[in-house]
Amino acid sequence: MNGLTFDIAHLLAGSLVLVSFMMLYQDRLFALINVFALHAVVLALSVAWQAYIQDAHHLYITAAIALVFKAIVIPVGLHRIIQRLGIHRDIETAVGIGPTMLAGIGLVTLSMVLMLRVTPEADPLAREDLAFALSIILLGLLVMVTRRNAVSQVVGFMSLENGLVLAATGAKGMPLVVEISVAFSILIAFIVIGVFLFRIRERFDSVDVGALDDYRGERR
Amino acid sequence: MISTIALLLCGPAAFLATAILAGTVGRRASATRLVYGAALAISIALLVIVAGHLAGSPGAVSTITLPLGLPWTGARFRLDSLSAFFLVVVNLGGTVTSLYALGYGRHELQPHRVLPFYPAFLAGMNLVVLADDAFSFLLSWEFMSLASWALVMAHHRDEANRRAGYIYLVMASFGTLALLLAFGLLAGPAGNYAFDAMRAAEPGPLAAGAVLALMLLGAGSKAGLVPLHAWLPLAHPAAPSHVSALMSGIMTKVAIYGFIRVVFDLLGAPAWWSGVVVLLIGGLTAVLGILHALMEKDLKRLLAYSTIENIGVVFVSLGLALAFKANAMPSAAALAFTAALFHVLNHSFFKSLLFFGAGAVLTATGERDMERLGGLIHRMPLTSFVFLVGCVSISALPPFNGFASEWLAFQAILQSPDLPQWGLKVIVPAVGGMLALAAALAAACFVKAFGITFLGRARSTVVEEAHEVDRWSLAAMAVLAVLCLLAGILPGFVIDSLSPVTLTLIGDRMPVQTADPWLSIVPIAESRSSYNGLLVFVFITISASLAAFVIHRFASHALRRGPAWGCGFADAAPAAQYTAVSFAQPIRRVFGSFAFRARETVEMPAPGALEPARLKLDMHDVAWETFYQPISGAIDYATERLNHLQFLTIRRYLTLVFLYLVILLLVLALWP
Repeated sequence: MNGLTFDIAHLLAGSLVLVSFMMLYQDRLFALINVFALHAVVLALSVAWQAYIQDAHHLYITAAIALVFKAIVIPVGLHRIIQRLGIHRDIETAVGIGPTMLAGIGLVTLSMVLMLRVTPEADPLAREDLAFALSIILLGLLVMVTRRNAVSQVVGFMSLENGLVLAATGAKGMPLVVEISVAFSILIAFIVIGVFLFRIRERFDSVDVGALDDYRGERR
Repeated sequence: MISTIALLLCGPAAFLATAILAGTVGRRASATRLVYGAALAISIALLVIVAGHLAGSPGAVSTITLPLGLPWTGARFRLDSLSAFFLVVVNLGGTVTSLYALGYGRHELQPHRVLPFYPAFLAGMNLVVLADDAFSFLLSWEFMSLASWALVMAHHRDEANRRAGYIYLVMASFGTLALLLAFGLLAGPAGNYAFDAMRAAEPGPLAAGAVLALMLLGAGSKAGLVPLHAWLPLAHPAAPSHVSALMSGIMTKVAIYGFIRVVFDLLGAPAWWSGVVVLLIGGLTAVLGILHALMEKDLKRLLAYSTIENIGVVFVSLGLALAFKANAMPSAAALAFTAALFHVLNHSFFKSLLFFGAGAVLTATGERDMERLGGLIHRMPLTSFVFLVGCVSISALPPFNGFASEWLAFQAILQSPDLPQWGLKVIVPAVGGMLALAAALAAACFVKAFGITFLGRARSTVVEEAHEVDRWSLAAMAVLAVLCLLAGILPGFVIDSLSPVTLTLIGDRMPVQTADPWLSIVPIAESRSSYNGLLVFVFITISASLAAFVIHRFASHALRRGPAWGCGFADAAPAAQYTAVSFAQPIRRVFGSFAFRARETVEMPAPGALEPARLKLDMHDVAWETFYQPISGAIDYATERLNHLQFLTIRRYLTLVFLYLVILLLVLALWP
């Protein structure tokens, strides 16, 4: 593998982590969804580059799925949901931005240390990809944990799934059918969660999951 | 030609079919007779098959692999000399119990709670003995435990039975967990769960020690080793009496089978200290079990505690066999091992007999409390006679079978000076002393059990209305009484038929006994010791007959009832008789302070007050208080603390999962 292809793959995967950090930083829902769309675009680019350098044509389909569903369909859908729910002005982080960013840096460090240590004999590109993918997964989880709003938890979940796709494409030989089924399950999860959001909203006049806890009579 | 093992597996299958049948027709009036009749027939068929196998080629091994269970192992079953012996024990027990239940089962008020589980229980015990891979073994073991649990819970309306069932369930799952871990260690990293592979592998000393400890926990908790015995005196008496007999007489033997199978067969060469551990636990179990039994006034609980004592005796013999085997003394090891197996067989006879007797008393009077019985010998002469045979056998009095096996155990103990390790040289005689103490206390205990229950005068009106039990029950008890006598006067035949087992597991056998003149048994050499049960029996019979003849011939024939001196009390009511508690008082005074932390206080009324003075007795179950209460307290505390985890917000649950993941990753990253 020559230096340039490696560098470009490295750059794209690294940008994905960077976009994950951007997602951590957003405290408005529209901004968060826009960043998520950017996340999906970078993922699509990264997957397409992997398809090119691995000469694996089915990965182009994966890239196309990522681009169509995650960069267009789901963000547009989420935009509509937010508009219909009228929650686009909400500020909804549960933990402050500063500590979250610090925690994110810690998680990226952890995944780097871990992945580079446990995969010494793997292909260098796959190693880097796996390390980045683990960082993205952990950052996605962090988004889910630090947000109060159900919509942004969905976004965190989707970005976590982007990390899985990155890991899958970095490892050579992942069958296409697996990726397609993962993509579809994400789509179905999105639909189900969307339906639930409206149900929650109907019942509680809010999609703040804290309302559920109030309903159960629990302290937060 | 169908193999023996395939034929034998038809037995459990037939038991299971009977269980399913009983589940469907269990409420009909004829179901009791049908189910127990079928169980009787199947048990006899299994006995015949095993007997045929033993008569033909006792050392032969027969295996089968069924396409069930773990995909890469299959469900393996195997018949070898050890499992053949235990099959005899299990199915002999199944036969007499089913025979007994044909009569006893008719008194059951809710037969549909007992009938489906009874054949299932027998099937489980048969399968445990035949299993040849860890998966089948554990599955059968759990099946056996659950079936017996259902039988313990048969009379679940009683609060005490529910508690017994709960404790039994907890202890059974704990035991199975220990067994699971033991098999995991034996299977090793390769994870080969077939017994063949475990037998071939040689675990390291650390793993072998851990397996021994886990087997003592797992099989020991089922068998009733102190301090894991606490469930046994609760659960065994809670079941209907014929099931109590099966649990106490047979299921504890299946647990011993599990211990022998793993420790003697799969684990390879033992270390000498493993014998020490087993010896000490066995000795402690024997003494504490019989002390508890002595203090008991509930007849069935007394029998359950006495089971613990006998398990202790068996484990002492097994520990000796381990010690001798580790020191390459195969003939002594074979002697100790034979003593253990012989006692297993004997205990299955007389403990079943005694539980049947207790069941007969329960049917006739509705009482288990000895303090409300007494004088039953007049009402139930046949039951009291066979119960007496059981008592004499379990008290290890010649010429009955208990003496023969305990005598062999003591012969093995007397071999201990030849052991090289000083630890063993010192400990084995000490354990021998404990065994002797336990034997003497057992005799006292069964003098009490028989005397208080059957002799003296009736302590309550229920006894006056008691009548002899049905013929099925009497026939079952008579069969067992005859077996006790036969095994006692002809021990040589039993010992010789045990030789294939010792040859397989120890590598040596006791000398051929049946060739000795006059059917004596000679464990080592004529010059050291020998015992002839037949001659003792003949001598006792002749001398007793002579004495009876002389008394009846030369003394007056008339039966006289004279006034007894009533210690100054004018009217000696039945309540003034010796009671079970007062009989045990001297022994409680001697051992009670350390074994039960017993304290007696006299509450004197104030001068001039009219109420009587009272003797207050305060006893503690030390094992319960030192082992179980702290553990259950800790669990209660922890669950109380963790309870609020049930009511977290979604985000907190996510956070917990996330933190857990991060911690795991951190551990992985920092792992050297």
